[in-house]
Amino acid sequence: MSDQSANRVNVLEAHELGKEVSSPEGPLTILSGVSFTISAGESVAVVGPSGAGKSTLLALLAGLDLPTDGHVVLNDANLSLLDEDGRAQLRAESVGFVFQSFHLVPSLNALENVMLPLELAGRTDARKAAQEIIEKVGLQERWSHYPAQLSGGEKQRVAIARAFASEPAVLFADEPTGNLDSRTGANIMELMFELNRNSSTTLILVTHDQGLAQRCDRILSLDVGKLVSDERVAG
Amino acid sequence: MKALQFALRSFGRELRSGEVLVLLAAVALAVAALTAVGFLTDRIGKAVSRQANEVLAADLRLRSQERVPQEWSDLAHSYNLETAETMSFPSVVFAGDENALATIKVVSETYPLRGSVRVSDTLFGEQRVVDGIPASGEVWADGALLARVGADVGDILAVGELDLLVTAVLTYRPDQSIGFASLAPSLIINIDDISSSGLIGEGSRVAYALLVAGDESAVNDFNDAIQDQLPESVRVRSQEDSSERAYNAADRAQRFLSLTAVISLLLSAVAVAMSARRFAHRRMDTVALMKSLGATQGFVISVALIQLVMLGALGIVAGSVVGFAAQEMLSRILIDLMQQADLPGTGVRPIILASTSAMVLLLGFALPSLIQLRNTPPLRVLRHDAMPPAPSRIFVTGLALASVAALLYRSVGDVRMLVILIGGIIVIAGLLYLVGRVMVALIGRARSGVGVAWRYGLANVSRRGRDSAVQVVAFGLGITVLLLLTLVRTDLLEGWRQTLGDDAPNHFLINIQPHETESVATLFEKNGLAIPVFTPLVRARMTTINDESVKDREYPNEDGKWLANREANLSWAAEMSASNELIEGEWWPKDYSGPPLVSMEQEAAANTGLSIGDRLKFFVAGREVEAEIASTRKINWDSFQPNFFIVFSPGALDGMPTTYISSMRIADESKAMLIDLVRAHPSISVIDLGAILEQVRGIIDKASLAVQAVFMFTLAAGIAVLFAAVQSTIDERRFESAMLRALGAKRRTVFAGVMAEFAALGTAAGVLASAGASVLAYLVATQLFELPYEFSPVLWLAGVSAGIIVVCLSGYFAARGAVNAHPADVLRGINA
Repeated sequence: MSDQSANRVNVLEAHELGKEVSSPEGPLTILSGVSFTISAGESVAVVGPSGAGKSTLLALLAGLDLPTDGHVVLNDANLSLLDEDGRAQLRAESVGFVFQSFHLVPSLNALENVMLPLELAGRTDARKAAQEIIEKVGLQERWSHYPAQLSGGEKQRVAIARAFASEPAVLFADEPTGNLDSRTGANIMELMFELNRNSSTTLILVTHDQGLAQRCDRILSLDVGKLVSDERVAG
Repeated sequence: MKALQFALRSFGRELRSGEVLVLLAAVALAVAALTAVGFLTDRIGKAVSRQANEVLAADLRLRSQERVPQEWSDLAHSYNLETAETMSFPSVVFAGDENALATIKVVSETYPLRGSVRVSDTLFGEQRVVDGIPASGEVWADGALLARVGADVGDILAVGELDLLVTAVLTYRPDQSIGFASLAPSLIINIDDISSSGLIGEGSRVAYALLVAGDESAVNDFNDAIQDQLPESVRVRSQEDSSERAYNAADRAQRFLSLTAVISLLLSAVAVAMSARRFAHRRMDTVALMKSLGATQGFVISVALIQLVMLGALGIVAGSVVGFAAQEMLSRILIDLMQQADLPGTGVRPIILASTSAMVLLLGFALPSLIQLRNTPPLRVLRHDAMPPAPSRIFVTGLALASVAALLYRSVGDVRMLVILIGGIIVIAGLLYLVGRVMVALIGRARSGVGVAWRYGLANVSRRGRDSAVQVVAFGLGITVLLLLTLVRTDLLEGWRQTLGDDAPNHFLINIQPHETESVATLFEKNGLAIPVFTPLVRARMTTINDESVKDREYPNEDGKWLANREANLSWAAEMSASNELIEGEWWPKDYSGPPLVSMEQEAAANTGLSIGDRLKFFVAGREVEAEIASTRKINWDSFQPNFFIVFSPGALDGMPTTYISSMRIADESKAMLIDLVRAHPSISVIDLGAILEQVRGIIDKASLAVQAVFMFTLAAGIAVLFAAVQSTIDERRFESAMLRALGAKRRTVFAGVMAEFAALGTAAGVLASAGASVLAYLVATQLFELPYEFSPVLWLAGVSAGIIVVCLSGYFAARGAVNAHPADVLRGINA
């Protein structure tokens, strides 16, 4: 992975991505002709109004869903050529997620939630690695708490710890501050960017927040399912 | 990571969250119902087989209405076989002024040849095996008999002209009736006492038996040797014949109880299916997340399966404990009924059977939901409306039916019956479901005319139409059965009793010798009672019908065959009894003196395939008499008048050994005269119908109590269905209640709405149950017992109130969480 980042190789490629779904009024195009490449270590914001297709794009990039046109190459693997379990395995090895609504497993405590992707990837040192990252997000005192016993900000810290724990090649964050008050949100984003800087992880951030987008290396703007701009952020 | 590890890790938390409790309870209930019945039938089965092997108290029994001639026991001795002699007959036993009908068992020194007699030294004391029989002048009496006459060990019992000292309480004899109570408890006396008892006279109803036992091949040789030589009147029975009958009876009881348990099982299956849907739905988010984090489908399904199996295991443990406790209770009721001092213990087989059944149930009804879980799209982490495709209906139905078939097969044990049963279940369940839907639709219509809380509640019932209908049916079924077993049962008994009228005879005198009729009449007259009518009785055996041997003849049914071959009770009369109604033919003139004619009871005639003009030949005490059927009659048995299937014209049976029987009403205050009667005429048996009816009622009460207990599981399964249904809508309910409260509804109003919903469901279930119980009661009354049936408002009142109370209470506990949730939390969508 460090080789990849040193050579600035492409970690993610979208080729003419399109997604069409059926609806009562006939086929509905959610995304069409979206192409771009993202290099290892980049941080990229995906912005656009509601219904622009941001979440759909994220789902396609992460292999949670398959495009109706085009294909995605993630870490040199064409997602369309993998079956569901193959894509799952690829995600276990190379992908992390932070969601707007946290998505912690309610029946597992904070530490166990962080251990989860490590164990799914077959890591034997899962507990130790999870403890380290729990400390990094400042939850060493609350590791044994269950999600229901944590505040929104704490939940998102656990989610971030979980996302970074497996040192993924790509981290997808879907409106990570959407369910938090602005101050907690700012702290959470600070944490995320810091962890991103200290690792070689590529960050793909879907957000409404222009301020947040400006802190990324690059901004992809979507509107009505099309990529309308792809700009590098100055500085 | 290993699926097992993950499954274990989160399982404890799942349990504590309470979300899986309904699924757990449904499994536990099914297991409890199955183990309770399984343990019980296992124990009954063991008791029966323990007894079946010694039910004759011998290897071979020669039974006759007369003393088995000495030559047969001499013959047995020549085969090196042991013999014993017994007699048994009913008689009234006295202790002071108290009396009770008993089966007197007279035995010789070597009795029993197989098995052993058990006695205890005090009433309800520890029982022990004894060797030998009571000494002359002593008696061992059944505890129930002693209790009935208020006597104990050390007291004197008067039997006929004998005064016998009770030296032990009889707790078990090998040849006591198997299965359910014979009406008269027994006592054992020594054969040396019988000649001086005055109990046995000409024509007495005594069953004599010669018991034979010994080396198996010698017994078989002896049996072969006597087969063709025995007189008509002697019946031989071997061990195998008897145990087969006992096993068949036990088998029927077991199947009945198992099928009873199956109803609980099916309702539990509904609860399992409903709560498994919820179980899977709740896991969908986690599964989507796990998949997004890289979990494979295999991993996801393994975790769910492992947790399901763990849940099943817990349910099995809990259910087995409950089932075992319930069975202990039930067996206490049944010990009495079976006249057993104890039931043999039980093994683990019922638990194994119940456990496999529970697992089959889980797989059949929960698996489709779990398999659906496997296909949860990982996209659901981003789009909450992303759902896995619904499992195929054919797959779901097929799996459910297959598991039901597998579960039922054990109780039914034959494929054709299984198909019929499953077909029946589908039809009945379908019909009930339709009725449920109609009721739910009616409830929905009612909502325009009610206040806000009721409207909200009633709207909920009709919105969740399918689940509501299922709940109505589930509760309706449980309540129907309970109504039948409680109210309808007592109503029917009461109704029957009323048809008897106040002056219906309550006592029978049997075994009155011809020379005794006069003094019996005098005794009645002296006590200011009406002189009873004495009806003659002649015991005979039918030999031919239209010159064809009764043995070779074909009969329309088994009853007819039995009727033609058994020892028959004949009577004669100049005039037809008032309790008879002529159906066909003509009754002979009062002064008839032509060739012998008979009048036959119409059902007996139908069963034996006989009609007017057929000739019947009887063998009576060495003489033959042939008569032509002149008429058929219908008998009103409820009149309690002495009645006979076959009545001869006067004169035909003259000179044959005759006893008389009579029935009369004796008021309680005049009963004391019976003591004088029995003391003066010890061979006359007095049968107290009132006491017997009381006993029959007691037996029915206990048997229905046992069945009711099994049906409590059905009701509990209904409650599980309600909990499962409420739980599967709990998120919706929570959200709606929060919405209503946010819109300004008071907590009370929301609560009233929820209760209105359950009250409506309960009413519907109660109406369904009352209607079902009324229809069944009507059918039972008119078709089975031929009693008039009156519409019972009490039944409807009880059914509907039971429905409302049970459903509202269960609903309250199931749904209160939703009402109590804090609106702000819910509307903010606070979740993990």
